[in-house]
Amino acid sequence: MPRLHLGTEGVLAAIIVVLCIVLGLTTDTFLTTQNLFDLLNNQSVNMIFAVGLVVVLIAGGIDISFAVAASVVQYVVMTLLIDHMGGGNWLIGILLSMAVGSLLGLVNAFLIHRFRIVSIIVTIGTFNLYFGLLMVFTGGVSIYDIPDWLYYSVPLIDLPAARGSATLYLPVAVMAAMSLATGFILTRTGFGRAIYGFGSSPEAARRSGVRVGLIHAFAYGWLGLCAGVAGLMQAHIVQEVVPNALIGQELPILAAVVLGGATLGGGRGSVTGALLGVLLLAVVQNGLNLLGVTPYAFRMIVGFIILVAITCSNLDKLLPRRAIPKEARP
Amino acid sequence: MDDIALRAEGVSKVFGQSRVLDDVSFELRRGEVLCLAGENGCGKSTLIKILNGVYTPEAGATFSFGNATAVSRITPHDARALGIHVIWQDLALFPHLSVAENIVFDDYVASPWRPLSRRAARRAAREVIERLGVPLDPDTRVEDLSIARRQLVAICRVLRAGARIVFMDEPTASLTRNEVQTLLEITRSLSAQGISIVFVSHRLSEVLAVCQRVTVLRNGALVGTYSTEGMTQTRLSQLMTGHELALTPREPNGAVEPVLELRNLSRTGEFENVSLTLHRGEILGLTGLLGAGRTELAHVLFGMTRPTGGELLKNGKPLTLRSNRDAIRHGIAYVSEDRLNLGLVQNQSIIMNTAVTVLDELEKPRGFLSPRRLRELTTEWIQRLGTKVNDAELAVSSLSGGNQQRIVLAKWLATKPDVLILDCPTVGVDVGAKAGIFDIIRTLADQGMSIILISDEASEIWMNSDRVVVLKAGRISRELTPTTTTEASLEEIINA
Repeated sequence: MPRLHLGTEGVLAAIIVVLCIVLGLTTDTFLTTQNLFDLLNNQSVNMIFAVGLVVVLIAGGIDISFAVAASVVQYVVMTLLIDHMGGGNWLIGILLSMAVGSLLGLVNAFLIHRFRIVSIIVTIGTFNLYFGLLMVFTGGVSIYDIPDWLYYSVPLIDLPAARGSATLYLPVAVMAAMSLATGFILTRTGFGRAIYGFGSSPEAARRSGVRVGLIHAFAYGWLGLCAGVAGLMQAHIVQEVVPNALIGQELPILAAVVLGGATLGGGRGSVTGALLGVLLLAVVQNGLNLLGVTPYAFRMIVGFIILVAITCSNLDKLLPRRAIPKEARP
Repeated sequence: MDDIALRAEGVSKVFGQSRVLDDVSFELRRGEVLCLAGENGCGKSTLIKILNGVYTPEAGATFSFGNATAVSRITPHDARALGIHVIWQDLALFPHLSVAENIVFDDYVASPWRPLSRRAARRAAREVIERLGVPLDPDTRVEDLSIARRQLVAICRVLRAGARIVFMDEPTASLTRNEVQTLLEITRSLSAQGISIVFVSHRLSEVLAVCQRVTVLRNGALVGTYSTEGMTQTRLSQLMTGHELALTPREPNGAVEPVLELRNLSRTGEFENVSLTLHRGEILGLTGLLGAGRTELAHVLFGMTRPTGGELLKNGKPLTLRSNRDAIRHGIAYVSEDRLNLGLVQNQSIIMNTAVTVLDELEKPRGFLSPRRLRELTTEWIQRLGTKVNDAELAVSSLSGGNQQRIVLAKWLATKPDVLILDCPTVGVDVGAKAGIFDIIRTLADQGMSIILISDEASEIWMNSDRVVVLKAGRISRELTPTTTTEASLEEIINA
């Protein structure tokens, strides 16, 4: 039987297209440049998180500390910039966020690798540790007085639209850059393939001479780096730094990445999948808003989508004929 | 004289108090297929690990390779440079990656930051696949392949890495007859290309079929290296164990009382019109190629799947099994093929593993478990089956393979079955332990238990069954008695 082979990404893309068509027909605001640009502007932070997280999932780990780590990065970077560097600029800001973010990620990697602790336990620990430290040192006080370069939005593309104009802002470009870089490392370098290999079978990778410590360091460090950048972008978008602005984001993003084909078992997942996973949930939320559905229903629907998606992707294993390997069948 | 690919002399290894290898010498000729034989724990794996650079031998060893100068140890780096590779039993592949990527994986490790192209990987993989002449698609994911195909991927991988000397650890343990034949042919073609192969296998008939010479280790010492010319299975197992093993078929016990009767039992797509009678105290050998319906039939007899036609009678009364709990209640026990994974909870204690099938029985009459009764039950079975256990509270993973096997048996025997179905009970078990397990099976039959022994090894079926039923494509193709058939003709019938 010839089967159309789309893969997880293809299926997700198809669903998103169908959803967009349906929403385009049922609302008159969804399929407007303005709305679509806003969707991207609003989701760029989540997408940056997601492309970082997918690396950890591919390597067979999990991290729930990244959103809190991003808040820590915001505070540390803002304090350093304002108090010690006279405000800084975009370049210093981004480099500093990357550095602090990867440092926080490397703490996870170190604990996981050096002490052989399961990643979920380590990151539950650092999640609490980071958030606790943040609250203790800031006393829960927000920073409103952020540097000018960060305060004013940076428009990239400005198109005339029905009401005012549709504008694509800097975070979208940053998201695209981070996605391309991550995608390149994962698919176009031997190191990236070794990450897949390690996630697929850690023991086989170890025996092949893969440097396991390096894989851990890269995966969690890269997620930390992405989280740092995402944190900076979030502060830029909301024009302030609030200590508990990002906590609670980790699970929806994890869900989106899993929706995009990554598994907690490792060895699977892609940048495209992660991005589409975030996009799907965003389109659903956006659509529900435009249709006037109560926001409370959103979580319920997200939960439902995830359960349906995971069940469908397991359908292969549940159907009896697939019990036999494909090529072993006559 | 053939030239020598690898010669090792005076190799010893001490772990703590125990001397695992004692002054062993080992010689491998270029392009030969050599078997490294010996029981579990004889030092085979240790020797392989020393030759592969994983372990450092004690001082005094020398290793030489053709014309290069001798060294006192092989480092992992040396091993790679010399093209020494080991294909371990678990194959060490990456299930989520494609065949091509698995084959070129070592490139990824060697030069992690060189940009790569899928096309180049595919081309490199295809080259090796063609050189080996095997039916592999470079784009298939390894997880979608059968074990036999995965093995081919592993072989392609070491070839691609420039292997000159390949150790294969139990390569045939989970293969069917035909797959074994393919593998043996590939082994021969590699050796024709000048690659030396060291074959580690418990299946003596294969060893004799494919290897030119066999090196036997026993208790860490070298017994000797022999030509397979004129070597018999009996002689080889004698060399490995150090004592004579019986290789004669079992005397039929003249059983007449039917215990389990199958009348035209069918399950669509699996087997059809199987009629046979199992008598009290009888060992019925059930054989046939993989996929002939052996295991499927066993699943129906154990209530795990339902028949689509026919009847099942137990002690003359019709029997309908709704689940395997039903089967257990009616005195039927089934020891599955993948015992070590499915049959045991590795990190739980020996006691809990033994008692798990009878926990509700042990809770009677008061409704809670008594540690004393658990211990008594376990001790009883440990003794009856001659299991070597230091402390029954320890995890079952602390036991050797042969002893774990006994615990699996104990767990099912604790349900006091009168019909015991054994699905390939000796896969991956060494000769000495095999004999021990068959002793137990024979004793159980003598005590009146009826046993269905499923296996695709003609020799063990032939030696241990009172009667043999051969399945072919889901139907009974032959029924015979070992005392009136030779082992060779049984083998032919199975493979016909």
